[in-house]
Amino acid sequence: MTSIWPEIEHLLLHVEKPARYIGLERGAIQPPHDPRNVAWLLTYPDAYEVGFPNQGLQILYEIINELPIGEAERAYAPWIDLEKTMREKRIPLFSVDTHRPANEFDILAFNLSSELVYTNLLNCIDLAGAPLRSVERGNDDPLIAAGGHCTYNPEPLADFVDFFVLGDGEEVVSELTYVIHQWKTSESTHPSRDFLLRELSKIEGVYVPQMYNLSRDQNGFQLLEPKYDDVPKLVEKRTITSLEDWPYPKNQLVPITEVVHDRLNVEVFRGCTRGCRFCQAGMITRPVRERSVDQVRTMVSEGLRRTGYDQVALTSLSTADYSHIEKAVAAVGDDPLSCGQTGVSLPSLRVDAFTVGIAATLQGGKRSGLTFAPEAGTWRMRQVINKLITEEDLYGAVESAFSQGWRRVKLYFLIGLPTETDEDTLGIADLAKNCVEIGKRYTKQASVTVSVGGFVPKPFTPFQWFGQNTIEELQRKINLLKDATSRSRGVQLKWHDPKATLIEGVLSRGDRALSPLIEEVWRSGGIFQEWSEHFDLDRWLSSMDKLNLSVEDYAYRHRDKSEPLPWDHLDAGLYKDFLWQEWRDALEEVGLEDCRWTPCYDCGACTGYGLDHVVGSTSPPVGGSQGTWQDLTKGSEVPQLLTIRKKSETV
Amino acid sequence: MALRLRSTKTGKIRFASHRDIAKVWERTLRVSRVPLVYSQGFSPRPKISYGLALPTGAESDCEYIDIQVDDSDRELIIVGDICSSLNSNLPPGIKINGASIMNGKFPSLQQTVTSCVWDITVNEDDTKVDSWIDRINSANEIVLRRERKGKEIVDDIKPQVYLVRKNYERIDGRVTLQAELGTQPRSLRPSELLRSLEPYLSEYKLRRKKQIVEEGARRLDPLEVAGATPMRSLVGAL
Repeated sequence: MTSIWPEIEHLLLHVEKPARYIGLERGAIQPPHDPRNVAWLLTYPDAYEVGFPNQGLQILYEIINELPIGEAERAYAPWIDLEKTMREKRIPLFSVDTHRPANEFDILAFNLSSELVYTNLLNCIDLAGAPLRSVERGNDDPLIAAGGHCTYNPEPLADFVDFFVLGDGEEVVSELTYVIHQWKTSESTHPSRDFLLRELSKIEGVYVPQMYNLSRDQNGFQLLEPKYDDVPKLVEKRTITSLEDWPYPKNQLVPITEVVHDRLNVEVFRGCTRGCRFCQAGMITRPVRERSVDQVRTMVSEGLRRTGYDQVALTSLSTADYSHIEKAVAAVGDDPLSCGQTGVSLPSLRVDAFTVGIAATLQGGKRSGLTFAPEAGTWRMRQVINKLITEEDLYGAVESAFSQGWRRVKLYFLIGLPTETDEDTLGIADLAKNCVEIGKRYTKQASVTVSVGGFVPKPFTPFQWFGQNTIEELQRKINLLKDATSRSRGVQLKWHDPKATLIEGVLSRGDRALSPLIEEVWRSGGIFQEWSEHFDLDRWLSSMDKLNLSVEDYAYRHRDKSEPLPWDHLDAGLYKDFLWQEWRDALEEVGLEDCRWTPCYDCGACTGYGLDHVVGSTSPPVGGSQGTWQDLTKGSEVPQLLTIRKKSETV
Repeated sequence: MALRLRSTKTGKIRFASHRDIAKVWERTLRVSRVPLVYSQGFSPRPKISYGLALPTGAESDCEYIDIQVDDSDRELIIVGDICSSLNSNLPPGIKINGASIMNGKFPSLQQTVTSCVWDITVNEDDTKVDSWIDRINSANEIVLRRERKGKEIVDDIKPQVYLVRKNYERIDGRVTLQAELGTQPRSLRPSELLRSLEPYLSEYKLRRKKQIVEEGARRLDPLEVAGATPMRSLVGAL
């Protein structure tokens, strides 16, 4: 029932952007603080302006607050200046909705979207006043939970988090609330926290690390065995069968102060079967589940009415693939409330002229930059990663953009992909230069920004066995590109720091032995590591040294088929054989079609669960096969081989 | 039709910046379905103009905003309805407490307002504050040094200091000054006043009490300037 606002209030005069801590957003809920209810503190372990728009968090916030026995509030990681004074004045982490201290909640549930926030998660547990490790917490401490894409390899956080939730949260969050409510209200009969954790582990999609015994095989690889018969050997992800049943958020929050993606977001479908082999999101969110265009229309018009936004984003992993894209776009324009003033954005453009056509209609007269993601510089490389777009697709898209008034185009690429040669890397520069040439036919100011990121292999993707490039190798490739583009006017090169890429890689596929590493880095002051001004590689490397952990082991070496993976006890819906076959096909540069419009190749996502894709149209969208005129028969003459450095198996 | 609204900014919302509040108004006007007039061009913006900026963290009883309301296809615009609908959609702490219809052409708030009255609560005790006030009031000149675009600017702010005195009422047990500070050609900020004379006073809480328009010998609320038709009956209803 308490609010610590009076204690916080006077600190806010002396911190940056104090409006991040006041709540009051349109749509925010002030729950009743009924002690019999199960109270969730949904925490985004990063700055408010980054965490606020997270749709997953907002969806759960509404669903829990609709439950008669549930209440949910939100918290974000306090920025460094406020955190410092909070520690000095012994002020705990608090909710922004009612400024209730974190330790009054039953559950602190974290959204994990990036590996580099792991130290912030520890910082938030500590700021909440709870013991850091799961085994140290008792009945009076909050439960620590986590969901989001990173939970597909939860092991690095296994010592700190009581339970992880895999997959869609819409249904499971209520099941969790009921089980916790039962335990909470009958505390006298089942007092042990262990009992509760065991009950939670029986819920489908819930992984409770403490319910497993850890051992190591003769090669030192981690093996996990359930402690009890009723704890699942394999934890399967949750999948909602229809998005139509979950029109959330119904009441999207509108911030008072500046945040990223500040607009109405309407999810038009979930899942993606393009099959890009580097893309974890596309693998773990299968199958494709589209929303009907009627529901999209209602969500847009209701959303605009309630929020007062004049910007709508139709979100998904590849919105141009939505069966009813044109109808959905038209619906926004036709909405009586928008009075022609509402802008629509498609956060992920497909690389083809058709998509640019839609973008042109959407933006009306406006021409703020356009972004495409060809991901790799040569057709060979794109076959390896199964991003099957041809040079002609890209040039068509770019020509269409420049001819319709755009002057600036941004291209996203990955470097450090499996089998990548310098020719592939330099192909990026060639593509960019050719795009500028095309642009110059239409405007003298044509410019192309190339943004390159180092590739990090992720669990449950065909590339999960690949040893990522070293910092030096990524830097060398960046330098190659710098040289190749330095004299071309119109090409701007930007790149991500390969040092951060390395640590993402270590955490992304690490095992439980990394829990002490995360703690060590946090204790030495390493928070907000995804902010380049606060990231410090030396802190990570010296902590790894101290704990006898090797970068080579965790990130750089290739893994082979027989090696147990730290996430083998989890199931993202994909057969391991399918992923392995995809890995082999990648090395042989064989592409794979999108199964929305071609026969099923049985990846496991549908067949294993009796699910099916929910799409409005059984034929591919306009613009040729997959909308990209792709030709799957094209391949390179000389297959590139990957050298496996350890425990080699013939490839 | 042009509408001038006066509103509060109190409580938690005081930590939202002037820019934040502008966006809040724009969205609240849309949620409340107030028909707005938009500018022409590629990025049409609603025609809204905001008054003098309030420092982030300060409270206020008197923030003003001028809004162009589109009445082209409406017979009747009921100002009271607009205000009560806005009040139910504005965030807690922002509440409309006065409105005027503005007739014909009128100068912007930034141009018209000549001074603001502030309650400044400070951390120092009575003795310190009393002597500080005496010295402010007896000084012939008060020199303020501030930096602008890397250059130091030295101003005599005395002509901008219309009034400084101690309030009888305390806030949170702390001494509170009342100050009326000029806004033309540039607003003198309360924080600048506090650090214009050593030893400086430090601000604990700040609240804008009034904005004043001097028209000849008359001191008016911006809702009552020439050309404004105040909706006096609203005040009770809001």
